[in-house]
Amino acid sequence: MKHIVIVGNGIAGITAARHIRKLSNNKITIISAESDHFYSRTALMYIFMGHMKYEHTKPYEDGFWKKNRLDLLRDYVEAVDVSQKTLKLQRQGKFAYDILIIASGSKSNKLGWPGQDLKGVQGLYNLQDLEAMEQTTKTATRAVIVGGGLIGIEMAEMLLTRKIPVTLLIREENYWENVLPPEEAALVSRQIKSHHVDLRNKTELQEILSDANGAVASVLTKNGEEIPCQLVGLTVGVSPAIDFLKGSTIKTDRGILVNRFFETNIEDIYAIGDCAQFIEPPIGRKAIEQVWYTGRMHGETLAYTICNQKVAYNPGPWFNSAKFMDIEYQIYGEVSAQPQAHEKHIYWEHENGQQSIRIVYHVATRKVIGFNLMGVRYKHAVCNAWLENEAIITEVMQNLRHANFDPEFFKKYEEDVVHQYNLMEPEQPIEVRKKKFWKIF
Amino acid sequence: MTKIIQKTGMALFIAAIAILIGSLFISNYQLADEVLKEVISESQLPHFKQNIEEIKGRTYTSKFIFLNDLDKVIQSTNTSINDYNQIGNQNLDNVSSIDDYNAGEYKVKLTKKATQGILTDHSLLMLWLTFGLGIIGALLYIIPKIAKSPGIKNDHIFHSANTSGKGWIGYIIGGLLILFYVLLYWYPQYITEWILLMDPISYSLNGGEASRWFFYGFLYTLAIVVMGVRMIIKYRHSKYHIIRTISVMFFQTAFAFLIPEILIRLNQPSMDLKNIWPLNYNFFYDYNLESLLSSGNLGLFMLIWGILLIVLAVPLFSYFYGKRWYCSWVCGCGGLAETLGDPYRQLSDKSVKAWKIERWMIHGVLVFAIVMTSAVLYTFFTGSGSFLFMDSYTIRQVYGFLIGAAFAGVVGVGFYPFMGNRVWCRFGCPLAAYIGLVQRFKSRFRITTNGGQCISCGNCSTYCEMGIDVRWYAQRGQNIIRSSCVGCGICSSVCPRGVLKLENGPEAGRFGAPILIGNKSITLEK
Ligand SMILES: Cc1cc2nc3c(=O)[nH]c(=O)nc-3n(C[C@H](O)[C@H](O)[C@H](O)COP(=O)(O)OP(=O)(O)OC[C@H]3O[C@@H](n4cnc5c(N)ncnc54)[C@H](O)[C@@H]3O)c2cc1C
Ligand code: SF4
Ligand code: SF4
Repeated sequence: MKHIVIVGNGIAGITAARHIRKLSNNKITIISAESDHFYSRTALMYIFMGHMKYEHTKPYEDGFWKKNRLDLLRDYVEAVDVSQKTLKLQRQGKFAYDILIIASGSKSNKLGWPGQDLKGVQGLYNLQDLEAMEQTTKTATRAVIVGGGLIGIEMAEMLLTRKIPVTLLIREENYWENVLPPEEAALVSRQIKSHHVDLRNKTELQEILSDANGAVASVLTKNGEEIPCQLVGLTVGVSPAIDFLKGSTIKTDRGILVNRFFETNIEDIYAIGDCAQFIEPPIGRKAIEQVWYTGRMHGETLAYTICNQKVAYNPGPWFNSAKFMDIEYQIYGEVSAQPQAHEKHIYWEHENGQQSIRIVYHVATRKVIGFNLMGVRYKHAVCNAWLENEAIITEVMQNLRHANFDPEFFKKYEEDVVHQYNLMEPEQPIEVRKKKFWKIF
Repeated sequence: MTKIIQKTGMALFIAAIAILIGSLFISNYQLADEVLKEVISESQLPHFKQNIEEIKGRTYTSKFIFLNDLDKVIQSTNTSINDYNQIGNQNLDNVSSIDDYNAGEYKVKLTKKATQGILTDHSLLMLWLTFGLGIIGALLYIIPKIAKSPGIKNDHIFHSANTSGKGWIGYIIGGLLILFYVLLYWYPQYITEWILLMDPISYSLNGGEASRWFFYGFLYTLAIVVMGVRMIIKYRHSKYHIIRTISVMFFQTAFAFLIPEILIRLNQPSMDLKNIWPLNYNFFYDYNLESLLSSGNLGLFMLIWGILLIVLAVPLFSYFYGKRWYCSWVCGCGGLAETLGDPYRQLSDKSVKAWKIERWMIHGVLVFAIVMTSAVLYTFFTGSGSFLFMDSYTIRQVYGFLIGAAFAGVVGVGFYPFMGNRVWCRFGCPLAAYIGLVQRFKSRFRITTNGGQCISCGNCSTYCEMGIDVRWYAQRGQNIIRSSCVGCGICSSVCPRGVLKLENGPEAGRFGAPILIGNKSITLEK
């Protein structure tokens, strides 16, 4: 029986622990500094907005851990001694391991702006950030958020529920333009503005100015404008939380360098989740994967390797989802922000300007490459099968209604999409088969 | 602007409630001779009259004293009846004394008829100042919410003193609801003024004066309709919720309220045609069966209809659509839970322990209901009051008290602000237990999950009124098939990632293996 020690009780570390427990009898200890129990980081915004309490964000009841013999330890790992196979913990001191899994997640980026450490300046990554936000919003009357990613918009939505006017600074013309194609970027930008967020495009942060007490007084933009505010949200991405590895011989770059088995350069030490960086990323994937489900897949895959069923990480086609205020977003496969020469994009948008469907396929091979959905839900299983089997566009168009995952009675738009396709490819139009009325049974 | 309208609405609503409560204390009570014969049974009347001297003609300003004196009259009437029965009047029949049930009815009816003052002089005005003002206030508060963009708006639910489960407003509302049910079931003589208020409406519907059940039915329907409007506005981005809310509003108004009243007007046996045994636990009671059997074709139709609902409609509809066809589309208890109770849905307990208790309790009540009904039917057919060494009347009484009144009413609705809006449906309803068994073992209904999209946020579990830990299934990619799921569809609506979908489909593969699509490293046979 080996002692497996996991640093970090996020989705990556916890999934690894659960599956190792399923597959083996090893002793498992999970050390983490932020919270006693695993909670869902993705739900931070809902705690702040009063949709849920912290308790609700815990995916497993507190008794789960003991029942499954997963030892939890609330402590901070200050250093790793790879030669002695021990950790240095802030409170408990030396702690020995046989196998070490590092799943320490990320920390919010700060890009070296003057004033970035003032009181009232913060990112949004953990419970401590949430607490800071609670404190600052007690008195703040205006907020500025820097950066147009997924967390920036969440933060804007959170602040709006406290009736704090928000200015959102983005570098680009439209929100998240480096990821979303222009139409979707415009669609989301409209959504943001319709919720009375003051969206400033092509605006970058120059400096954060302080008041007499060392708290934020205003921000200065590169255009020379000064915006008074008491809270500044810095949401310009995250990077691996690996400061505690400085001085160890574990090889790192931006993240902890791993191969496709999550092995680091040191035997018996592995890294998964947000903090891992693939030396050779799987095709179509980033070197550092910073989303929930990749952490989960890393954890599950590594559990097999550790339990003597060595298996390489092999994710299927990319997918993800998010929500922009009232608009849900889903993506399956690859959808490039700027249509490439070898691609064709079918794009349909509802006249309400809040729903859209985009399907991308290869011009020459006619294989489908990706789906982008705003305000419409599609079935992961169906899209995934099409992408994996390299289905061609005509097949997808003919069967598009099988992909819809919207609730019952919702209006379906697949016919409009096919119509759009037929306009683009008039030589071989697709006929849509209508759903039979008796199918309601 | 919307804030001002909403505040005005809330003020009007609170004023209406205050007037309603105040109306219990502003009347005088005087018992007139002519009402006695409308209320008291013929044989008891002479004895009653003998004892009424003290109270007759006297005007009471306090209801408590009036009721106190009335109690004395009833007691001395019983003494007189006893005396009469004992001193040999052999050639005449014995007069039965006023039992507890009778006494209760007499008190309500006599008090109601003895009431004098603004309530009787200005009955329409008072109706407007209470119910009218309440409706207007509530709507003024609710309708401006339409100004917010459509979509899930659950902001501050756990910050609110009303909906967080621990706030003072929640305690007050819960306290008032509990008090209301206790008065309604066991001390209706203290709320006769409210029943009196209903008289104009009752006369116009069924041609007679209002009973306490008419008052309760009216209030209940009103709650479902007004809060139904709120529900529709809140979830107006979802056609599913709009349609099912209109459905419960319709079934309550038409089937539970109007049709039975109209049947009374037509001198027919009255019946809520969508209320199914064992929820409708007195369907097989002797008086109901006798009334149906003695009412010609319509009565016979109702009897057959009621039985067909149990043996045919429940299994069939539940097979095709799951429990939801009844529990969140048709049922009155469900209707109230989905409308009046919606603000409290997040307060249901999600723990595994609660689930365990739930299964024992709800199936226990089902067994209780079956035993009770068997006993009652046994007595009906054999005339023998004892069934398996138990007294069938006692069983029936205990059931009515414990389950029918205390559980379904006091706890079922009174505990909304403490334990969520489906306490009764989840822990107590024997019909839900029955439909649940069908849903669990033989149905096409399931909630499917969308591959690997779940982010374990917990919104679905939090807002499941039945206390189902939906996330537990969603995050492992498994279909949700639980006997308790009422198919309200809220989990699917609050999910920020579009993971959940209520579906009817082929039974094969309904339970599904837990699959999280996306990870090709792990093959499925493990
Ligand atoms: C606000 C927000 C919203 C998000 N929403 C989404 C979303 O909608 N969808 C999505 O796919 N992804 C989302 N993400 C990203 C997703 O949450 C992360 O990718 C995921 O949580 C990473 O999991 P992890 O297990 O790798 O690390 P983490 O969840 O970061 O867990 C690591 C834990 O290790 C602890 N730790 C770190 N170093 C040490 C140390 N030295 N000693 C002890 N403990 C340590 C940390 O305190 C932390 O608790 C969101 C992230 C944030 C911040
Ligand atoms: S599981 Fe979903 S549909 Fe079923 S009762 Fe709970 S919230 Fe409603
Ligand atoms: S609400 Fe949706 S994303 Fe959140 S836990 Fe439930 S199924 Fe998963």
